[in-house]
Formats: sequence, C-alpha cells, structure tokens
Amino acid sequence: MRFGIVRFPGSNCDQDCFKSVTEGLGEEAFYLWHRQTGLEGADVVLLPGGFAYGDYLRAGAIARFSPIMKAVEAFARRGGPVLGICNGFQILCEAGLLPGALARNAGLRFLSHDVHLRVECTDTPFTNAYREGQVLRMPLSHGEGRYVADEATLDRLEEEGRVVFRYVDEEGRATDRANPNGSLRSIAGVTNGGRNVVGLMPHPDRAYHEILGSADGLGVFRSALEAAAGAAS
Amino acid sequence: MPREGILDPEGQTIGRALGELGYEEVGSVRAGRVIRLTLEADDEREALERTAGMCEELLANPVIEDYEIDVREVGG
Repeated sequence: MRFGIVRFPGSNCDQDCFKSVTEGLGEEAFYLWHRQTGLEGADVVLLPGGFAYGDYLRAGAIARFSPIMKAVEAFARRGGPVLGICNGFQILCEAGLLPGALARNAGLRFLSHDVHLRVECTDTPFTNAYREGQVLRMPLSHGEGRYVADEATLDRLEEEGRVVFRYVDEEGRATDRANPNGSLRSIAGVTNGGRNVVGLMPHPDRAYHEILGSADGLGVFRSALEAAAGAAS
Repeated sequence: MPREGILDPEGQTIGRALGELGYEEVGSVRAGRVIRLTLEADDEREALERTAGMCEELLANPVIEDYEIDVREVGG
C-alpha cells in the first residue's frame, strides 16, 4: 500500500507522516511536491502539518491553490482516502473538501501539548482500527485550531455522525476544560459526506510509537490499510 | 472581519486593554484585517464586482468572516 505525502513550502510534519507509515506501519510512503499535477498512483493521500505558505492570509488559504490540490480534489471526489493533519486539516477546509473552518485559538496562544481524543465514529478509512468511544492520547501543536461552523452545519455533522474526534479528558468526557482551543462542540476532527476525507488538528503522526510518548496515533494509519483490505475482499 | 456570532478573542483582548487604559466607553471590539489593492476597471461598479469575487474566492473565508469593500479611484 502506497501513501503519498504532499509537501508544500512550509510543511514540516512530512517526515513524521513518512515515518508513521514506513516505520510504524511497515508500508511504503513517498513525497509529492505541491507543484506536481498527479498523485503517482498513491492509494492514500496525506496532507501533513506545518505552515504551508507561512500561513499567509489564513492557514491553508494559499496552499489550496497549489497545482496538486486539483489532483487531490479529484482523488477525494472519486472516494480516495485523504487525511489532513493539523495544517492539512486547515487546507482541506479552505479547499471545501471538509466543512467548517479553523479559527484562532480562543486563548490566542499557540498550543503545544498532549490532549485526549475520543473516537466518535469508526466507519472512516482512518478510524476503523479503533473502537467507538476509545480515548486516545496524542500531541497537538497549533495557533489556529478552533473548529468553527454555523449551527446548521454542526447539527448536520452530528446527525450524520461526521464528527470523527472530540477533545475529552482522560475519562473520555467532553468538558470545557478538556477543550484546548475553544472548538465548537469540542470538535477535533470531521469527515466529509462520502466519509473518505478526514481532517483533525492533533497529530497522530507524532504518536505512532511508544518512544514518542504514545502509540495511540498509529491506528489512524493502520485504519487505511484495513479499509483497503476490506474494499478488496 | 470575524462574522457576527463568531468568537473574536483578539478583539476581546484589545477591548480589555482599552478599558485598562481608561477608555471605559468602549463596547464591543472586533479585530479584522485590511487588504489594500489596486486594479484596473472601467468604472466603480466593475471594480466592486471584481473585488467581491476576490473576497468570496480567497481574501475572506465566508465561513467565519464578513467583508466590506471600499472602492476609491486612484491616478493612472
């Protein structure tokens, strides 16, 4: 299984994604430069964290015009699995592949610490290796991670079970205190209507091995494998 | 400018600082950004239309931001 990792000028978690796939999962990963127009046969596309285009204007606003995004959009519309982590999530929202937007953290500070996440749905290619309600620990690292959408959109996401991850405390409760950035309804990750595109602000790629403090994030990548195996059988 | 109803922590922080400076009459503060650009257009209406397109497509994120356009004629 081949994971294509898109590199924008300013991406800085591309290697974290690469190692998650190659060392954590034992699968093949390769980089795709943002000027490319094709995905070189990738089975899964990863948009890594970082500061594409220096976050100019808004995080993700310029990156979505990179030539490769046309191919990513076409791939996503065909049902191809696409995962956006942190800045990658911001890019997917700006590109309209995921609903909502990521605004400045409520506390205005750049946050960099571990959080607990609750897996809200397991029927996506990036969460099927988890149990529903499972609590994961992984780091986040962002200044603009406050998930925002209008009430109607939020209600629709809830009804359709498209909230993928929520910020919770260690016991799995979505309290205000456990919500690091003021995200509406404690949303940390969402999926699209086709359930093949997922974005989240925390970093599973920085939690793929115990040596990093947590291996809870590896399941995100492993899920893609299981989704492919399921599709093939 | 952050849309009405969207939490604006930056505006709130500026508002608190103004209060501490003694400007107690200040009510709500919203913080946005100004983008100044020049363009060629036959008339104000055309300039407005083109700029509105730019706001919708790139300059603003309509999910969280409102925008206002102010057109002025400059030499050239």
